[in-house]
Amino acid sequence: MPGESGRAAEAVNREGAMVSDGQQVDEIIGRGTRDGGRLFREWFDGLTATSEQGGPAAYAFVMGSLAEVLRVFDLPMVFPEIHSLQTAVRRVSHEYLSQAEDYGYSPDVCGYVKADFALQLRQGEHPMGRIPKPTLAVITNACNTYIKWAEIWERMYGTPVFTLDVPGTRAAGTQTWPGQPDFENDRRYVAAQLEELIALCERLTGKQFDIDRLREVMGHTNELIRGWRRVLELNQSAPAVFNAVTDGTVYLGVANAFRGTPEGGRYFSELVEEMELKSSLGIGTLAEEQHRLVFVGVPCYPIFRRFNELFSEWGGVFVGSTYTWFASGGANLGFEYDLARPLESLAEGVLISVRHAMDSMFFQDQALVQMVDAFKVDGVVFHPIKSCRTTSTGQADTRRAFMQATEVPSLFIESDMMDKRVVSEAQLKNRIDAFFEGLNARKLQQPQE
Amino acid sequence: MAYAAGVDVGSTQTKAVIINEERQIVSRALIDTGANVVAAAENAYTEALLNSGLEEQQIEYVVGTGYGRYRVTFGNTQVTEISCHGRGAVHMFPNTQTVLDMGGQDTKAIRVNPAGEILDFCMNDKCAAGTGRFLGAAAAALEIPLGELGATALRAQKPVRISTTCTVFAESEVLSWLGKGKAIEDILLGVHQSIASRSIGLLRRVGIEQQLTFTGGVTRNLGMVHVLNESLGLQVNVSEDSHFMGAIGAALFALDFVLGSRVAVRVRESVA
Repeated sequence: MPGESGRAAEAVNREGAMVSDGQQVDEIIGRGTRDGGRLFREWFDGLTATSEQGGPAAYAFVMGSLAEVLRVFDLPMVFPEIHSLQTAVRRVSHEYLSQAEDYGYSPDVCGYVKADFALQLRQGEHPMGRIPKPTLAVITNACNTYIKWAEIWERMYGTPVFTLDVPGTRAAGTQTWPGQPDFENDRRYVAAQLEELIALCERLTGKQFDIDRLREVMGHTNELIRGWRRVLELNQSAPAVFNAVTDGTVYLGVANAFRGTPEGGRYFSELVEEMELKSSLGIGTLAEEQHRLVFVGVPCYPIFRRFNELFSEWGGVFVGSTYTWFASGGANLGFEYDLARPLESLAEGVLISVRHAMDSMFFQDQALVQMVDAFKVDGVVFHPIKSCRTTSTGQADTRRAFMQATEVPSLFIESDMMDKRVVSEAQLKNRIDAFFEGLNARKLQQPQE
Repeated sequence: MAYAAGVDVGSTQTKAVIINEERQIVSRALIDTGANVVAAAENAYTEALLNSGLEEQQIEYVVGTGYGRYRVTFGNTQVTEISCHGRGAVHMFPNTQTVLDMGGQDTKAIRVNPAGEILDFCMNDKCAAGTGRFLGAAAAALEIPLGELGATALRAQKPVRISTTCTVFAESEVLSWLGKGKAIEDILLGVHQSIASRSIGLLRRVGIEQQLTFTGGVTRNLGMVHVLNESLGLQVNVSEDSHFMGAIGAALFALDFVLGSRVAVRVRESVA
């Protein structure tokens, strides 16, 4: 109720601020997390229904899902990375990993792959429902494991696999842009592949491609991307309006699963409203924000909440995360499609965004340096994980480059995104505690400098 | 005179140090940690008190450190051993730029500033290769007391190359070299070189500086000191008290609280 309780409501009354559409502040604050959870459950419920009805489904990946094309053919989308990580969040990943390893997979193979493989052996059984089998698998070269992963479904089910080869950045800082000859060559290369995907979808679904439907889907994506970029920017506020690792992962789930849908677009428009409100009222995620951190890598899902607590206990909040860059397929860049020329623009957007997702993993040091002032960064946490070489290789080099470029302290800790056997909480805590002891010492020195 | 104490509960041994307000070491105690971590902390502290001739109430502040720092139930607060080794090393060797702490189950490379504050650190992960436990495994396989390892290794003529990085498999590799007729001294020096190599890898990540202080339980092993000096091409700082460096650093932090000086590390109040 207005003015009854809560810091947010008090602040609004004090300032005499009005909230759009007469909504209560308390209804808006926390809406993103609530609605994100609801949408996520609805998505899994939908997949369960598809599985039970034996309906078609497209498997796609977060770094270049090509959702815009798949939505045109009304193919329910499955994200194997997401259903795999959800087994870890729900603390059953060890059952899936063990089953895959009993089958013969090495402990060194990507945990996402193994959890998904065990899920296939279990006829799609998942703690959030049941995952349908793949009618089509769409992958990109953003992660080389995607390619071998899709071959598993190909051999298990005879699933057609479409591999989009995205020309990435050849070297740091050498991106080409529209109008430049190399870019136009790359764009045509991507566009030709997209035409092949459209033809494949027509054949598999029996539906004819509808360019107006594509335009509509791309419009929803534009709304989502506009919101996603703005939400990430709004965490420049102090205190931070959301935690980029915990809340950010919820938002990221929606950004992937609802890309190209009206629900996804609306969700992010509303999320912008929530974050702008929090920013204007000075509402943060911690009672006392002490240290503003940036996270590099993939979260530690087996102890997801606890992992964050190891930082928040010291007043540390993640204001940014490279995960929100690459795992959104580069959506953070904010590329919006030109609906007047949908196919051409789709190729351009896929090229620029997926390339950016790859750069977010491979050439991230300059992006991190640029965050320091804008986000008032006190420290950077590098978190390589055992079972993902793609996101982990090079982190030590990135850290070294970052440390040469700035005076901002950084922490290097290792665990895994799926496998609890290589997550040692005691070791993590020891390192994290020492990191904060150093940050605190540094803060105490600052007034004297 | 004000007194403060530091208790370092390590994976293998527990150390307690009492210092006075002049930052001089008044007494030390060293015991095996064993299975009862709480008792180990209490016993080490009690022994240090006995050695000092002081009454418990004269100790105004106690800082716990090491993996068992939250089990120092009588402690006032905790500080990680990473911060403590850095602080202790700079206190004992004021020019220290880098610290190598080699303990029972982990090895740390720490870069510090002149105040002993941590600039960067790196540790072994999920594996005891390159730690004191690796030496222990080799000692057990060769049936040589830990205290004689270093001296024995220094008699080597032609060290073997230990290729395994796994502490468990190290034992079988040592036995295989014995089976090939290699001298125990040569095998042992190979073991020392293997550990030094792993540790130097950690040091490289934080940056090797000329003023490197060696701390932790393995500092008592003269063979390791020799191998590190040879491999690094410098003379590491090491003293009789290097084994106690974590506890010394903890005691220095404790004294900060006693003297009300600006604390170098803001630590949280005790939490279990």
